[in-house]
Parts: sequence; C-alpha cells; structure tokens
Amino acid sequence: MTELIETAKNTLLAPGGLDVRDLDAVFGKMITPTVDYADLYFQYTRQESWVLEEGQVKSGNHNIEQGVGVRAVTGEKSGLAYSDEILLPALTEAATAARAISRQGGHSATHSISWSDGRAPRLYLAEDPLVSLNDTEKVKLLERVEQEARRQDPRVKEVIASLAGVHEVILVARNDGALAADIRPLVRLNVTVIAEHNGRREQGSSGGGGRVRYDYFTDELALGYAREAARQALVNLEAQDPPAGTMTVVLGPGWPGILLHEAIGHGLEGDFNRKGTSAFAGRIGEPVASPACTVVDDGTMPNRRGSLSVDDEGNPAQKTVLIENGILKTYMQDAMNARLMGMAPTGNGRRESFAHLPMPRMTNTYMTAGNMDPQEIIASVDKGLYAVNFGGGQVDITSGKFVFSASEAYSIENGQLGHAVKGATLIGNGPDVLTRVSMVGNDLKLDPGVGTCGKEGQSVPVGVGQPTLRIDGITVGGVQV
Amino acid sequence: MSATEEINDQSSNQQLIDVTQQALDEAKRRGASGADAAVSRSQGFSVTVRLGDVETVEYNRDKNLVVNVYFGHRTGSASTSDFAPHAVADTVRAACSIAKYTAEDACAGLADRDRLAKHILELDLDHPWELTLDDAIDLARECEDRARVLDKRITNSEGASISTHRGAEAYANTHGFEGFVTGTRHSMSCAVIGEQDGLMQRDFWYSTARDAAELESPPDVGETAARRTLRRLGARQITTREAPVLFEAPIAGSLLSHFLAAARGSNLYRKASFLLDQLDQPVFPAFVRIHEQPHLPKAVGSAAFDNEGVATENRDLVTDGVLRGYVLDSYSARKLGMQTTGNAGGTRNLTIEPGALDLAGLLKEMDTGLLVTELIGFGVNVVTGDYSRGVAGFWVEGGEIQYPVDEITIAGNLKAMFQHLAHVGTDVDLRGNIRCGSILLEKLTIAGA
Repeated sequence: MTELIETAKNTLLAPGGLDVRDLDAVFGKMITPTVDYADLYFQYTRQESWVLEEGQVKSGNHNIEQGVGVRAVTGEKSGLAYSDEILLPALTEAATAARAISRQGGHSATHSISWSDGRAPRLYLAEDPLVSLNDTEKVKLLERVEQEARRQDPRVKEVIASLAGVHEVILVARNDGALAADIRPLVRLNVTVIAEHNGRREQGSSGGGGRVRYDYFTDELALGYAREAARQALVNLEAQDPPAGTMTVVLGPGWPGILLHEAIGHGLEGDFNRKGTSAFAGRIGEPVASPACTVVDDGTMPNRRGSLSVDDEGNPAQKTVLIENGILKTYMQDAMNARLMGMAPTGNGRRESFAHLPMPRMTNTYMTAGNMDPQEIIASVDKGLYAVNFGGGQVDITSGKFVFSASEAYSIENGQLGHAVKGATLIGNGPDVLTRVSMVGNDLKLDPGVGTCGKEGQSVPVGVGQPTLRIDGITVGGVQV
Repeated sequence: MSATEEINDQSSNQQLIDVTQQALDEAKRRGASGADAAVSRSQGFSVTVRLGDVETVEYNRDKNLVVNVYFGHRTGSASTSDFAPHAVADTVRAACSIAKYTAEDACAGLADRDRLAKHILELDLDHPWELTLDDAIDLARECEDRARVLDKRITNSEGASISTHRGAEAYANTHGFEGFVTGTRHSMSCAVIGEQDGLMQRDFWYSTARDAAELESPPDVGETAARRTLRRLGARQITTREAPVLFEAPIAGSLLSHFLAAARGSNLYRKASFLLDQLDQPVFPAFVRIHEQPHLPKAVGSAAFDNEGVATENRDLVTDGVLRGYVLDSYSARKLGMQTTGNAGGTRNLTIEPGALDLAGLLKEMDTGLLVTELIGFGVNVVTGDYSRGVAGFWVEGGEIQYPVDEITIAGNLKAMFQHLAHVGTDVDLRGNIRCGSILLEKLTIAGA
C-alpha cells in the first residue's frame, strides 16, 4: 500500500506542489465541532477507445481527467465541492464550500493530523493498461475479431468491435488521518454483429474484460467473443415471438445474474435501508429467498471488473454474505450509512468520480452454487422459458418491482429445449422472486466482465454471476397471448 | 459563492475561445489538414432537503475540451478537463497520434463550409438565477413540506431538490467557424413515498426551465409529486391480455426517442435500424406530423448551430405520416450519399403535433385499456423494432381510471406501434427536448398474472 500511496502522491499531489502535510490546512477549513467526517478524493484517469466498423478502425478517442472532490459530512448531511485543479487555493475554496452543510462559520484552526497509510491486499496489477499493447496491435486485434465474426456465416453483414481501456489513480485522505491509494486498470472488448437473411435483420453481442492488461485478450478469448456474437445473431434470425404471461423460467449461468443485481442487490444498499425507502428495510434476519439461495457481494476477487482493493472511501473491499440459505444477513454500506445505522462499513463506498458523492454500491454480486445438474433443471420443466443472455435491467427499490431483458431465450416443452424465442422483458417483485427459486445448479459462472451499473446518475463497473436457476413463476413480457 | 460568477466574467469567456484557437493552431502546426475544437464550462449547485432537513449540498464546476483532427481522411479525437497550455497541446498531440493508426475514410471531415451558420441567432437561453444557498434550501423545504402534509399515507420522502446551472460553450473549426453561447438550466424536483397495507410506492414530479421565473411553484411541484404517489397505492397485477395503451405525456416522448434512434444516420448506414429504406414511406398514420423547432426562444433544446457549426433550421421529419427526412450529421450524411440535416448532437425541440383531445378526452376515447405512467427497463431493439418494457399505471374502463396496476409489461413492435398510433394529446410536456402530448396506441400485448 505504501508503495501505491507514493505513486499516487507523485501522480496527484506533486504536480501541484502539494504534500500530505498541506492537507492539514484544508481539513482545518472543514472541521468544525459538528462535522463528523470529511475526506478528500484525488483522482486521475486516462482512458482510450478504438472502434472498428465496416472492416476498419476509423475512429479513436483519448481522454484525460483529474481533480479532487472535497466532502464534509454532518449527521445525515453531505456537502461536496470539487475542482479539476489540484492546487492549494482551489482545495481551500472547495473545503469552505463543502462545509456549508455544517452551518458553522469562521472557525479555521490549524489541525495537525497524524497520517497513516492504509493496508489492503492488491487484487490487480498497478499498471497503466493503455501502454500494455501498442496502438498498431490494438488495431490489428480489432481487425482479427472482425474477420473472425464475418468468417462464421455469409449472413453476418455488419460487425462493430470496440476496445477500451482506463488507467485510474486515486488517493483518499480522511479527517481521521487515514490515507489510502489505488491504481485501477480496466479494459473491455466488445463485439456486436448484425446478421441478415431474407430481409430480416437481427443482432448479437458479446465481450469481456476486467482489471487487467490488454494481453488478457488472447486470440482464443477475443475471437471467442466474435464467434459468440455471431452465434447469437444467427440464433435470433430463427427466433419466434416470445410468449406473454407468468410461467416457469430457467435462467442460465453467468450474466443472467443481473437478476440478483436488480431484484435484491440495489434493495440491500445501505442508504435506501437507512432511509426506509427500500422494500427490504428492517428485514435483517427474515427469510427473503428460498433456503437454496446464498448471495454474496465480493469486491475482493482478483482482476475482476467489479473488484476494488480499497473502496472510494479508503476502506478495504470485502466479501459480504447478503443472504445465507434464504435469510437476509446484512446490507452493503459506505462509511456514512454504516455510521448512521450503527454498522461496520463493508467496503461498498463508491463514486463515479471526484465530482460525485460516494454512496453504497455493489461490486461483484453472485449466488453460490447449489447441487443440481443444469440438465436436470431444464428437464424438470413441463412448459416454460430458458433464458441465457440478457441486456440491461432496472429496479424500483421502493415497490420492489424489477425488470431485466432477455436477448437469447428458448422455449421448454416437456423438459426439452425447443425453438429460439425473441428477447422479452421479465418483470418480478424483488422481495419474493427469490422465494420462488426451486432449484439451484452446480454450475456457478461469473459474467465475462462487461457490466456497468447506474444509480442516481452515477455509473460504476460491476460484476454479476449465478448458477443455473429455476424460478417457479415470473412474468414474461412477450407478445403471444 | 455565486454559481455563475465565472461565466459572467468576460475574460474567462474569452479564455474559452482562446482555448479553441490554441487547439486549432496546434493541430495545424502538427500538419492536420483540418480540425475542430469544442470547449465547455459549467457552474452551479444543487441542494436536496429530506424530511425537512438539508441532506446534500453539491457545488458543480466542470470544464472540458474535445478536439477532432483530420489528416486528409484519417481522424483522431481527444479530450481533457485541463485548459493549461501544455495540457491543450498534449491533447492535440494525442488526437494526432490516434489519426496515424485509423483507416482512410472518405466520409471523414469537417462539415461542408457552405452549411456553417453565418450568424449566430440570439435565442434567449441565458437567465442566471441569483439564488443563495439559503434561499435554495428554503424553496426545497417548501416543496417537500407540501408533499409531506398532503395525506397521512405519505410516510417517507426521498427529498426535494433545487438546482441551478449556467454553462458556456465555444466551438471553432479550421473552416473559420467560431461560435459562442451561454445558457442556463434550473430545476426543482420532489419524490415522496406512500404506504398502504404495508406496501410502499414512490413517485415524483419535477419542473425545469432556462428562466427560473418559468418554474412551477414549489408547493405545486410537491403537491403533484404526492398526488402521483398516492394514486399508485394499492397497485396490483392484471392478467395477460391485449388492450389499447395510453402513454401519459411525461413518458410518451420515449416513443419518439425510439423513432429518432431509428432515423439516426449512424444506425442507418450500419443497417441497424427498423426504419431502413423507409424514406418517403408511410411510417405513421396520415394525421401525424413530427418536426424540429430549434429556434424557439428560451426552450430547453434550442440551439442556433449544431455540434459541427452547421446552421440548425425548422424541418419536418414526418408529414402526412410519411417519413420525409433522417437525422444526420456530416459523416452519416456522406455515408448515405445525402446532406447533413444539422443534427450533429441530436434533434432540437422535436415536436409531434398535438390533436384535439386532452388526457381526459383520450381516456374517454380509449374507453377500456391501460394508462401507462411509468416505464422501466431497456427492452427496445432498434434493429428489429421489438419492444418489451415493464410498466406501472392504471386500468381504465368506461373512460375512467379504475385502479393502479404494476408488475406488468407491454410488448409489440415499434413499426406496428407507429402505424397504430391513434391520437396525440393536447397535454404537451414542454420540460424536455421532445415535445409530446399523451399518445394512444390501438393495441399492445400486456403480460401479467
């Protein structure tokens, strides 16, 4: 950690002539008798993207942003001000503004803070992934992906492939003297294919990534995304209209875990439960799922897209059991909500950038494996739907109603997979959908690393996962009555 | 701290223009045959009051530079939030470096010179609000208080927020175009929670305007939020069926946003649109007119020039139900062998002409069916037009609302949904960049219990 902190100081503080000791004065501006907590969040991000369409990489983009967010917390009140100039006058001005919530004027004692470096295990390489491959090779990688997708079938008409990388350096300084730093690589490769046959056009997409270097995308993996996107588009060319109504649904392993993210994940975030606005508020210790369900949020998985060595408040990420054998165990917390609820932070304090307030957010959320053979689960269904790929989802945490949209699905008739059906939105009620999980497969799989979660206008990278699940009754938004 | 002090400051506005010129000069020095630069700065603050007390105060101050460079038909782009001369130079260098690796693309380049705006229309978009933090807190409190006292079933709140922002933007390119605009945006919103029989529902209301004098009053916003929450209490599922569906104005604009996505040049040249080859074809019933009004004074979406400096103009996208034009920037226009429509950055104040009925009249016209007031999820496929979304709303019989419904979906295909558009209401929602009344569709599949 100390080495990371030195790197972060050199990247973030040194260019503006700042030293950690200078931060004492900034906290001095903010700390009044009524301020419970204050932090400074320094951030540097460099990102790039390359996009291939019509067989050629025709555009590329490069972006650099940096700044510092200054936050003061008094009880349930938060004040935030930020600056994209990491210089002492700008920091001091931001500190004065952030303090506005405390309603205490004038006091600006010199504070002497005893700084100590935080400790957390490293979960990924502290490297800039953008330089892990030269630009010529990035272009060639996208070209190989495109050719592989086209090679699958003459019906493949359009291929769009993109490669994106982020290099992020953060430094968190808190009024309790804690200093924490992180260097977070993040890369992603995406492929979308449009196939056409007899005037009908359908699309398929695939991709993956994580907190790794670009060499993660071996040809085996990258060309696999291309084949998968083409396969989905071709399946969709044959797909029939989806059924409408409430029925038994079997969800495939991996990315369909977006079910957990929407149905219960958001509802278990500490802020909504402190405020009593979640359908799960006050329900710790109660059954919220069938005994076959154990759900965890784990920010400590090496190299994964949703992982964090430390969260954006400097607390180490954790593996938190949210639901154990069907019983609700705890909520996900940031520092403020944990304090107000008398609980411990769980390393889920995240923010999109220095310009945003932190809040409790998920990391990698998944259901642990059960003991059923996935084939047996499908065979157990007389009539229903088997959904294996999904687009996005959304939840109303107050009513508990959530949706997620299938992009690849099949009918099940008499225990056998039938024809492909077109995508449809599935809608359910978060507090009871998991009570209808009657079978859990032994095939836990995590998503390939493409998830982004939005909450109150802030986007953060996340992961999901699950084994094959059977749900006895969820509403499928098809068109065939 | 005033929200808008820097944007009042002439020297800091001149700095924005100077940054664009520095970027263009640097691009030329590096041998670019063309370049453009867009610089923006915005400032403001927002405050949220929850259960009568301040919850958050956020001061915003953002700036950004985006540079596109062209070396013949190769292009690269880069952006930064740092306006220091060395950072601007580094950003241009990064864009030029990318252009070495991108492929020749005959359609890449700046907008054609003769399409650039010759003079910048004054659209009355800049109305700074001299609002102190204390005054903002008082307004938010007044708004939330009204929502909370309206009915004892309002048991909780997500709070009321007031925000005020002012922005300045400069755009310049190596064809000699220089544009500079300032504008404001002020908003008030409130979201409250009601409870009945142990089940909670939430709804919200907001008002937004370029001129604070045009905002709804705080009690009105609070009261509407509370009434919208209260009417949802007791919501239940209905059974699966086919029925007419009426989209309430605040969410009906989403149907037009799907139309826009399908009419957008980037989706057309990629053949990723259900409106492919539909130009001059009837896409809607004959009574439908959809047009763009970019020059409305004070309107949220107004702009005198688009993101490439092309003059915006009033134009029809659909008349007599027939698709008359696409939504194009210079690049997608060249890809399609057409001319830009001044839509780099999107459409401005897109409007569907209202018919003769207000919401009550539309409910009578529908007689029996579903009134949708909230949509959730992303089940819209622009390639195929397939549409399947979660909804909440009300079941209607005899032209009257019977009871609230939720945990249901509506599904169809946008091509057919557009053809079966039956009425557009007079209750036009003017808060957004799409101006749309409530929309009645003849029939959709509703999936439920």
